[in-house]
Amino acid sequence: MKIVVTSEGETLDDSIDPRFGRAGKFILYNTETKEVQAVDNSESLNAAHGAGIKAAETVSRLGVEVVITGNCGPKALSALEAAGIVVYTGVTGTVRKAIEALESGRLSSGHSDEIEGSRR
Amino acid sequence: MTIAVASGKGGTGKTTVAVSLALSLEGSVVLMDCDVEAPNSHIFLHPIIAGEENVYISVPRIDESKCNGCGECSEICQFNAIVVPKNKPLLFLELCHGCGGCAMVCPKGAISEEKRKIGVVEEGWGMGIHSIHGSLSVGEPISPPIIKKIKQKQNTGETVIIDSPPGTTCPAVESVRGSDYAILVAEPTPFGLNDLILSVEMVKKLAIPCGVVLNRWDDERTIIEDYCLNEGIPIFLKIPEDRKIAEAYSRGVALIDVIPELTTAFRELIGRIKKELSSQTGKVEPSCTNLL
Repeated sequence: MKIVVTSEGETLDDSIDPRFGRAGKFILYNTETKEVQAVDNSESLNAAHGAGIKAAETVSRLGVEVVITGNCGPKALSALEAAGIVVYTGVTGTVRKAIEALESGRLSSGHSDEIEGSRR
Repeated sequence: MTIAVASGKGGTGKTTVAVSLALSLEGSVVLMDCDVEAPNSHIFLHPIIAGEENVYISVPRIDESKCNGCGECSEICQFNAIVVPKNKPLLFLELCHGCGGCAMVCPKGAISEEKRKIGVVEEGWGMGIHSIHGSLSVGEPISPPIIKKIKQKQNTGETVIIDSPPGTTCPAVESVRGSDYAILVAEPTPFGLNDLILSVEMVKKLAIPCGVVLNRWDDERTIIEDYCLNEGIPIFLKIPEDRKIAEAYSRGVALIDVIPELTTAFRELIGRIKKELSSQTGKVEPSCTNLL
């Protein structure tokens, strides 16, 4: 299964970016192969309007099944849902911790307070 | 002659000036309230509404049986009003500017256009003034099509006074564009000066000459006067800071009804603008034409 975590940097040890549409990077992670890839989000970052919608399209084209982020607006959420993607919001801490939490079933859809990490 | 009353900052007195200017003028006058997100000049003119017209924009309708999910429509949309996640198109019509690009590029002919109402334009007569105002529907973000519709409704021979929305973005540009002259209403505060400078830059780009009406004026705060002196921008009128003006405004009473001697001042203002315009040689073409 492929998942995306919004990130402020390009590695698993960077913090989760609290914004979905205007996230710095998307960390694409494959739970089977453990492969990690940082995906550019500059098109949405620079969009005057509809950044979240554009980001949802970018993410859905990566073929992911799960998105983990801080906040996700209603338009982006409906685009992600249309693509059949499960969204976890309210997640903080590092990307690595978020992935671990997902894999051990400690994330609940909607929000999670179980992730340790530095709050901004 | 078309005169736009504009300002960068909101609440500086655009409507106060526009309404009193319209009431001071002789001959047939139309007051166009282009602040379609919060139109209020009609509150002062009490017009009897004689007609209203809905304003529509063209938005895409997708025949999903023809769509192959190629994403060309999403590629061309500059406002992300149409996206294709997982091979299935998804529309966010409130973001659509109605350009029709998606229908044009769709290789399968799956996109047709339909009309969507975004607001209404009302016109009538009040206190001897032809009054036109538009209202953007609640929740709609795109006002320029309504402003364009208002501006089409001018009768021949009328002097046009435009009450512009605040700011310097698309709605303000659309309102002021094509005017012969811009009156910028400013207040002597740091925000007032900052936003006046932005407005001056906007009208310069649109090649429209401008002058200032200073509102809430007192002897001590001279930042607007200093700026105008430095830039060679005329100050036509100084409206004093006076509680009775604010009280009258809150009751929907025009400024010149509170201070009738300002009627002469507004007539002189128009005289000065006419003089300034007639001394110019031909109208300069706007340098900024690609804005919505």
